[in-house]
Amino acid sequence: MSFIPDIRLFSCHYTSQQSCADEGRELNQLNFPENVKMTRVVCTGKLEEITLLKAFEDGADGVYVVGCPAEGCHNVRGSQRAAKRVEAVRSALSELGVEEERAKMFFLPRGLHPEFVDVAQEMNDQVTELGPSPF
Amino acid sequence: MIIAERKPLAEIIEMIQDCKKILVLACRGCVTVCSAGGEREAEILASLIRLGLKKAGKSAEVFDASLVRQCDKEYIDSIDQFKGQYDAIVSTACGVGVNFIANLRPEDNVFPALNTTFFGGSAEQGVWTEQCAGCGDCVLHLTGGLCPVARCAKNLMNGPCGGSVDGRCEIHSEVDCVWQNIYDRMGRLQRQEEMTVSAPIRDWSTAGHGGPRKQVREDLTV
Ligand code: SF4
Ligand code: SF4
Repeated sequence: MSFIPDIRLFSCHYTSQQSCADEGRELNQLNFPENVKMTRVVCTGKLEEITLLKAFEDGADGVYVVGCPAEGCHNVRGSQRAAKRVEAVRSALSELGVEEERAKMFFLPRGLHPEFVDVAQEMNDQVTELGPSPF
Repeated sequence: MIIAERKPLAEIIEMIQDCKKILVLACRGCVTVCSAGGEREAEILASLIRLGLKKAGKSAEVFDASLVRQCDKEYIDSIDQFKGQYDAIVSTACGVGVNFIANLRPEDNVFPALNTTFFGGSAEQGVWTEQCAGCGDCVLHLTGGLCPVARCAKNLMNGPCGGSVDGRCEIHSEVDCVWQNIYDRMGRLQRQEEMTVSAPIRDWSTAGHGGPRKQVREDLTV
């Protein structure tokens, strides 16, 4: 039986602004993986480390964050802050002996670009390969 | 303030591996300011302990709570609200907090979540540096306000040692030689004459070498 990972995406309002267009149908048509559950946040800089950890506690096999380009964040340094929190989660995972690839940060331009779908697929492939989370 | 940092997770999880009900107890004092053991860090640690135990195939309930300060009887007393509910308290306070809980709770397990490192200050956001070692016999009036006990690698009372290069200490090229700083500063203050006087042999008994220290302020006791 093939494994379908539970993947949680936290994306800022700006980067994901078109992802909700047409009730998400557009994303579907572009092959955005169905098993990636997206939570939109006002700014990824608002994300707390605990929110990412709770996603793992809640059964996620992989967690990733998509925010504005590091040098072009709508809120100036929001996505850079998010990247630090993702980094903290990655190092905690590795302290626990878990693959840090299960948590990732991506910087993408605003709006619906093919990269938004690409990184979802990349994350999906990566976590599928890693297998179920040990938590 | 007291500066501390979280212990490696493996060490913490090892301490409590057989506990079933664990309280991660934060302190809202110094360790909150240095982002090591405040409410936010305790919440994160509780989550990491749950994840770590789960990965190890163990199950335990892990909660988090906080006290205003763990180094103060007035506040630590409120730990009574958790009495009998947990088989381990993991304190994210400095070592003082852990000791205070241990003093107060002869029957209960308390474990340190942090390594208590030094008395320091926040030099810039996210950076803390050691400034004082709490030696109990302050010499800052003789050294232009810069501490040779805490900041000289050799705790010299008459420096520099001769090992400094370009104003940096020989232990690390990025650390200022505090004796160079003292020398420069005394010069600027036109107090260089004072540096010709050799510091007398120190009485280190106040620096913890005389056993645990105690301070009583009769005017404050009731
Ligand atoms: S001389 Fe002693 S008390 Fe004064 S700053 Fe240095 S370590 Fe602290
Ligand atoms: S180089 Fe300066 S700070 Fe370093 S040990 Fe020598 S006197 Fe002390």
